[in-house]
Amino acid sequence: MHNGTDPLPRRDSRKERIARNRLHPEHDAVLAEMLGTSRVGPSLWAGPNGLARRNPHRVGFSGPNGIKRIDRSGAQIDTSLNLRTERQAVVADRRTTVEIETPAFLIAVVPDLPGGRLSAHDRDLLGLARQLADADPAVPGAVLAIVFGAIREDGFGTAGVDRLLHSLIHSADQSPGLGASSNTQCRPEARLAVLADVERELLPCHWLLPDSPMGGADLGRRLAARLSERPATQVWQINQDADGKRCNGLGAAGSTDINRPLSRLVLALAECAEPVAMTRHAARPMTLPAPLSRMPGRIQDLGAVAVDPATVALDEAEFILAAGRGVSDWAGFHNAAAVLGATEGASRVAVDDGFMARDRQVGASGTWVTARVYLAVGISGAIQHLQGIKSCDKVVSINLDPDCDMNKRADLAVIGDADEILAALVALQQRIEEKADAA
Amino acid sequence: MPPDVLVESAPADRLGIAVLVSVGRHPLTGRTRRADQDARAYELALSIAGACTALLHAGQNDAENELALRGYLGMVGASESGENTAERLVVIEQAIGADVLPALVNALRELTPELVLCGMRAETGEGSGMLPYLLAEWLGWPIVSGVAQVESVSDGVATLLQALPRGQRRRLSVRLPAIVTVDSAAPGARPSAFGPARRGGLAVSAAASMPDEARAEWLTTPARKRPRRLKIITALSARDRFKAAAAKTQGGGGKVLTGVSPEIGAEAIQALLKEEGVLPS
Repeated sequence: MHNGTDPLPRRDSRKERIARNRLHPEHDAVLAEMLGTSRVGPSLWAGPNGLARRNPHRVGFSGPNGIKRIDRSGAQIDTSLNLRTERQAVVADRRTTVEIETPAFLIAVVPDLPGGRLSAHDRDLLGLARQLADADPAVPGAVLAIVFGAIREDGFGTAGVDRLLHSLIHSADQSPGLGASSNTQCRPEARLAVLADVERELLPCHWLLPDSPMGGADLGRRLAARLSERPATQVWQINQDADGKRCNGLGAAGSTDINRPLSRLVLALAECAEPVAMTRHAARPMTLPAPLSRMPGRIQDLGAVAVDPATVALDEAEFILAAGRGVSDWAGFHNAAAVLGATEGASRVAVDDGFMARDRQVGASGTWVTARVYLAVGISGAIQHLQGIKSCDKVVSINLDPDCDMNKRADLAVIGDADEILAALVALQQRIEEKADAA
Repeated sequence: MPPDVLVESAPADRLGIAVLVSVGRHPLTGRTRRADQDARAYELALSIAGACTALLHAGQNDAENELALRGYLGMVGASESGENTAERLVVIEQAIGADVLPALVNALRELTPELVLCGMRAETGEGSGMLPYLLAEWLGWPIVSGVAQVESVSDGVATLLQALPRGQRRRLSVRLPAIVTVDSAAPGARPSAFGPARRGGLAVSAAASMPDEARAEWLTTPARKRPRRLKIITALSARDRFKAAAAKTQGGGGKVLTGVSPEIGAEAIQALLKEEGVLPS
């Protein structure tokens, strides 16, 4: 438009109309042409006199219905720039790295590690240990985690562990093929011997164990009896008082609160403290100076007993195979549950349609399950159902609809017909079992 | 009366079992009753054929406690199926708030049972669940916690089923003498019959009580309900906080297999199940 040779500037009313209309498909191109730049100018620039100039028309972006949206958080999404994917890729890690070279004291933590990973209870306990270790910034303590057996956790540092003592007491006389279950093996006396070694060599300031039926409650009480320490059990809070640290715990089968001075050995409940979120610690491996003592156990583990998964209560089940509207071959589904050794669950639709019993319903009006692995077959994931599986560790979804909410929740989503995939899974498992039988 | 008259050891040919019982508290009404897990422990003792069971309690000896303790005596076994009901309950009298550990250790040393059964923790007082562990440490016996079933006892070795979370069971064998604590997953106790409970013998033996001094300075209040933890949001800007509060559950880097044959999908699922260790093998 600003053509120098043309004595009379001409206006193109069509282009002006397009420039005014943000929704016009040629809007950006026309605007760029009118302003003489490849990109539309910035919304904020320094004027000739150093004053900040702002183009109010360029602030914000067009929303989905063409309505201008201004996002003042600084995280503006400019759809024309197509920055969406880049923004999602750059998620800043705000954790600060903390290294404690020479700790003034040690806080020993013995996490449960069910399945070789830190449970939520373990993380809370490590948060509590950090509270005790970081109470005085002038004399920082270190958190020592003592772990047994095979571990599959790689986030000890982000959970707040400064020193990691990995005891392999199970690897020596462990029968092959028990890889996954080895750290659930019952060797309390051998574990106690390791902890007694740690006590002798390192003398931790405090011992923290989870008061959980996964093993922490048993091991902690054994340790307390061995060290002749009176433990504070079922602790849910530690607070600083004028005359030292005190702790709150449950007594009398949970019917009383006991407020008492903090003891050296603490058995803490879940949610006793916030897990570590803002720091990353070294989790430096360490070994005991002396070789770990061994002692023949008077308790012998004869292995897990096969329990019929169908008889296990739904809220206690570890592995649930749940069916929804996407299942049509119900005989195949029940067969799959038997072959995979899973407890059966169902969505509300499957229960309402009469294919499954009411006590098998998972979700808001059924059971809130705590399974470690949840295999959802043909369940699209209504919000009530997703509430029910909130505390599940791993979710696998088989569904025809790639955009359903269950697939967003799932760690592994397979898009396809539920009956066919389930049948293939059963065939695969049976083939492996036959191979094992033949061998 | 001296305690050695009250506590008789089992005959040499029969398995001697001591069941440690306590006074429980009903969770709703707050009335004294037989403790649930201790009653299950006695039930477990009754299920062991050919045993000789002794019931032991260390604590105060007053009318209210006696009523609760007689609940155990009302659990009568069927003698034709080999069940052995304890003839009487021995109460080792202790002062209020006393540490019952030394008295129980002395009684068990005299009684010399091969198997000691008890609940996992008391329903009144501190309820720390330490007593069986301290007994095991003082007596030098092994302890197995959370047992649901005694499968067999032979040649000085007991085979037990331990209750694990998630309804799982683990088979353990332990050398006797041993202390075994009984989980709530064990079979429920039979109802207590009124007549036998009234008629049952309650022998009281005096023993020195050791006061529990550390406990005197604790503050004990009725438990208040703890609030459930809300979702932890560590967002720094208002926009992130709003998004976290309003968003539905987001996929956390889940893998999606689209357009694959059922066999490949099944293999991927099976690999995950195997990695988690939930498949039978």
